[in-house]
Order: sequence, then C-alpha cells, then structure tokens
Amino acid sequence: MTIDWTSFTPWSALLGGALIGLAAAILVLFNGRVFGISGLLSGTWTGQAGDRAWRWMALLGMAAAPWLYRLIGETVPPVQAQPWMWVVVAGLLVGFGTRLGSGCTSGHGVCGLSRLSPRSLVATLAFMASGFLTVFVLRHVL
Amino acid sequence: MHYFIALISGLIFGLGLLISGLANPSKVLAFLDLAGAWDPSLALVMAAAIAVAIIPFSVARRRPCAFVTGQPMSLPKQRQIDRPLVLGSLIFGAGWGIAGFCPGPAVVLAASGAPLALVFLVAMLIGMGVAGRMRT
Repeated sequence: MTIDWTSFTPWSALLGGALIGLAAAILVLFNGRVFGISGLLSGTWTGQAGDRAWRWMALLGMAAAPWLYRLIGETVPPVQAQPWMWVVVAGLLVGFGTRLGSGCTSGHGVCGLSRLSPRSLVATLAFMASGFLTVFVLRHVL
Repeated sequence: MHYFIALISGLIFGLGLLISGLANPSKVLAFLDLAGAWDPSLALVMAAAIAVAIIPFSVARRRPCAFVTGQPMSLPKQRQIDRPLVLGSLIFGAGWGIAGFCPGPAVVLAASGAPLALVFLVAMLIGMGVAGRMRT
C-alpha cells in the first residue's frame, strides 16, 4: 500500500463529514428519523401515505445542495467518464443490495454506527470489505 | 415545521457529501483502492460524521418523541444479524466499488445534471424496486 498524500484532503473530509453528522443529528433530534438515503428513497413509494412528504422534502434539500454549492462559487465534482453499462450494473447492485440489507453508507455507516447498532456494524464491515475487494479485483486482477 | 427540518437536513447533508469528497466517484474509488495509490480521506468523513452524531443519537434513543416538532421517535427496531443484512451489504459494496456511487451522492449528482449519475440513479431505483418485490 502506498498512500497518495497529494490527493489527501483531511480538512474538507472532516468538515464535510461533520456536516453529514450534523444533518443526521438534526433529523433524529427534531423529526425522530434516521437519515438513511436508501430507505428515504424507497420509502417515497413504499411508505405509508402520511410518511412520504417529509422524504420528498429531504430529497429536495439534497437536490438543492449542488445548486447552492455552485452559487457560492464551488465546483461540483465531475463524474469521470465510465462505460454506462457498468454504471447500470452498479446501480442495480446498489439499489438491490441496499434494500436487501436495509441500509447504505448513511443509514448503516453513519446513523447506525452512531446508534451503536451491532447490526449496522456488521453491515458496514460487509459493504466496506466488498467495496475494497471489488476495486482490487477490477483494478489489479482483471 | 417537520417538513422544513427535513428540507434543511437534506440540504446540509447534500453539502456535506459535496464538501467531503464522498460525492466524487473517482475519490471514492481511490479510497477503495487499497492496493493502488490509496487516498485515505474518506475514512475521516465517517469518523467526523459519527463524532458529531453519536451524542445526539444517544439523546434521541432515550426520548419518546422528538424535540420541538414532537414527532414520534422512530428508530430501527430490528436487531437480528441475518443473511439478508450481510448478503445485501456485500452486494451493495460490490456496486459501490464498480462505479463509486452510493445512494446519497447519486441523488446529489443526478440533481446537479450529471448524465451518468442520472443513469445510475434510475438503475438504482429499479434495483430497489426488485428487492422490494422479492420481500413481499
């Protein structure tokens, strides 16, 4: 392993992470809900009727973020060109996996670990391990 | 009021994803590439998020309803570590490692107008729908 110090961005990572934690804290303290994006998204059509509007509001806030980010003069990171078939496969796996596993990086990784949930710890270790393994295979084996 | 809270929380969350680098697929893949030129930044994102959220969550756990809005406290009740949890997480991690997108950044980047993120988002919603149908 070699650490790429030139790409290492500790301060923006810490600041951005703190904002993510703050958002999750606000939602749980004032609305009593866990900020998990996969559950938030799928609940917009599978949730009960009275439980959908707040999800749309949270998604609207997220969708507004890149526009506000540009407004303050920052650049939204470009999405590196990659074969769209792979992107489709990745999307299907992420959608299917997060529903089957009841959460993603935000629900299990941030909120679950903050709740000290053993279930979320197992989920987080599993998706991190599988992410590391997948990149290893794609970049260094194939 | 609780709609406004959801909106603000979503906005802060989205900005956090952008500032942290989590909404940058090539940075995500550089973080997941342990055997290459490893960029450890994203480990700090999760550490900082948990450091900020851990006390609020421990406060929230002890309350029957939320502050100010009075919404009922609705935290996950499931405790079982079962096969769907592990299998689903492994499948999610593989998808994450292929393209560098997880659900939050997919929403933010699709909203920013990136075509590939939109493709990813649609595929992800289909994958969610399939898993939802299998469950019922």
